[in-house]
Amino acid sequence: MQVVRNMRRNVRFSAAVIFGVLAVAGGACKKSAPTADSKNPVTAAGDTIKIGEVGSMTGNEATFGMSTHNGIELAVKQVNAAGGVKGKQLVIFSLDDQGKPEEAATAVTKLITQNGVNAILGEVASSRSLAMAPIAQNYKIPMVTPSSTNPKVTEQGDYIFRVCFIDPFQGTVMAKFAHDALHAKRVAVLRDVKNDYSIGLANYFSETFKKMGGEIVVDQSYSGGDIDFKAQLTSIRTKNPDAIFVPGYYTEVGLIGRQAKELGIAAPLLGGDGWDSPKLKEIGGDAINGSYFSNHYSSENKDPQVQDFIAKFKATYGVIPDGLAAMGYDAAMVLVDAMKRAPTLVSADVRTALANTKDYPGVTGKITIDQNRNAVKSAVVLKVASGEFKYQTTINP
Amino acid sequence: MLEFIQHLVNGLSLGAIYALIALGYTMVFGILQLINFAHGDVYMLGAFIGMYSSRYLKFADNPSIGSLLIVMVISMVGCACIGFIIEKFAYRPLRRSPRINVLITAVGVSLFLEFSGQLLFGSDPKFFPQIFHPAGDWSIGELRINPLQVIVFFISVTLMAVLQYIIFRTRLGRAMRAVSFNHDLASLMGIPTNRVISYTFMLGSALAGAAGVLVGLIYPKIEPLMGVMPGLKAFVAAVLGGVGNVVGAVVGAVTLGLAEEFLVGYWAPTYRDALAFAILILILLFKPTGLFGSSRTEKV
Repeated sequence: MQVVRNMRRNVRFSAAVIFGVLAVAGGACKKSAPTADSKNPVTAAGDTIKIGEVGSMTGNEATFGMSTHNGIELAVKQVNAAGGVKGKQLVIFSLDDQGKPEEAATAVTKLITQNGVNAILGEVASSRSLAMAPIAQNYKIPMVTPSSTNPKVTEQGDYIFRVCFIDPFQGTVMAKFAHDALHAKRVAVLRDVKNDYSIGLANYFSETFKKMGGEIVVDQSYSGGDIDFKAQLTSIRTKNPDAIFVPGYYTEVGLIGRQAKELGIAAPLLGGDGWDSPKLKEIGGDAINGSYFSNHYSSENKDPQVQDFIAKFKATYGVIPDGLAAMGYDAAMVLVDAMKRAPTLVSADVRTALANTKDYPGVTGKITIDQNRNAVKSAVVLKVASGEFKYQTTINP
Repeated sequence: MLEFIQHLVNGLSLGAIYALIALGYTMVFGILQLINFAHGDVYMLGAFIGMYSSRYLKFADNPSIGSLLIVMVISMVGCACIGFIIEKFAYRPLRRSPRINVLITAVGVSLFLEFSGQLLFGSDPKFFPQIFHPAGDWSIGELRINPLQVIVFFISVTLMAVLQYIIFRTRLGRAMRAVSFNHDLASLMGIPTNRVISYTFMLGSALAGAAGVLVGLIYPKIEPLMGVMPGLKAFVAAVLGGVGNVVGAVVGAVTLGLAEEFLVGYWAPTYRDALAFAILILILLFKPTGLFGSSRTEKV
């Protein structure tokens, strides 16, 4: 009797577990389903151009994915309102990769093989773009990354493009700024060893800074996802550097800023475009004030085209677009421009048109694609000051 | 020298956090011989309960030690309820099955909580409201100490003492030890074993809830997977100190915190997480009972 009752209980329990698992799986599916922006994409096939987007809508760098998605969405809405491309409306299929390279690879495969997209936009993080690029190249589907700055991304093949500058340049920008504007002689580096972008940027920065006669006094590292950085910062403090270069992503940088202040470190933190998120100010609080980072654009730019974009973005999403939103917008617009110029929408034609992009007037500057399929553009340096990113200077290639 | 002392301070405060989590682990093991892998995730839920309740009560606008205590109590009560539910629905039905079944269930509960957390809270990191600002940092010359970390250290030691008292000086504690010794004999002696086990779980989970709030305050970035690594490290700390031993858990946690800090500060930051598991392997190879554990002869 006891046994029977136990068995019944066990059965009841396993049923509960199975339902639980199903609920989780069901929820996950719902989240990753494509969000088509206009009518039903299946019935509309033939009259539409399908654009796939992969981004980190959730996960550690969720604001990267969401900002970029909003930028792309705004661009597509404007293009569709103006009559689309070659008389066809654009449809976006966006998939969430949760900030994981393996999910990004699955997502891009799914977009190409199941949704049959004509082109891919994404990712922001170089690690994820590096997982996606070989797949897009293999299927010969043009891929434009809005803001992956690691040089290796476009080296994956001739179908991979980017509309942002690359890290050798971004590292130079910050090295120049540290040397010329901050008059720093001795700089410490704190890099994220799990992140291709961070490693690359740290290397390029160190290289240029040493060439300029500066000294890298200590090169420390952490792993993305860590929350305690006091050990590294204590070692850095002993060397008493003039500035600390932290080319990581905003969640860790916020905590690093906080803990640096707790340890009484007064040297400013320097970083790259991975800092660009409203969450940086939230997590870092006052501790992050007085830090500098390089970025693709500044919302303080008085250019009418930029201000027009900011006004429209704000009207739709209620916030001032960050650099990643602007890059998402530009990536979509450059792709649309190439599709308009291409004689047909066949992949090879779109690819050639993309490669021939010259002086496209984007909100983040004039975009020209060079022979390595990278954009050559200027960068801005922003200062974090009482909850705002203040424009400091522009540095040209 | 200064660098060394600063590392020491940092390591102690890191160890205190591991200790808070390890206490709950070790207590549940001591009574049930069950490694409750979901413990780290209860700690995560504690942090989220803390975040939502302090947002709801708008404590970020008037930070004080009182706000911190209220949020901590809310979170501890919430986690105690969660602990009760987990025990009642996941572990109690398996009371008479082989221990490996319960262990695997514990892993399942852990995954269930992690991914339900992602669905419920979203997987992006959330900011934990600053509900208590100690007035400035304490500094002795160049040495910096965050008062919050001192508070965490004292809370850990106090909770350790309270647990020690409960286990060795109260009726409930005596019942716990009896259940730990032998379930069937204990129930023959009139001890309500199920109720005692429920209490044990609730107590352990409440500790995890307190840890969640304190960690949220010091490292104000919380996310649904935040419990995985600290949970595993607290497990290592508990094994190091001798699983089931309350003082051992605290000593093990502080040792682990210091070892990590010195490894990262002086040698190889990349091996931070590897260190904990290297310690685990060494302990299991050479002294499976841990530093303070006593071996128990298994009756046939």
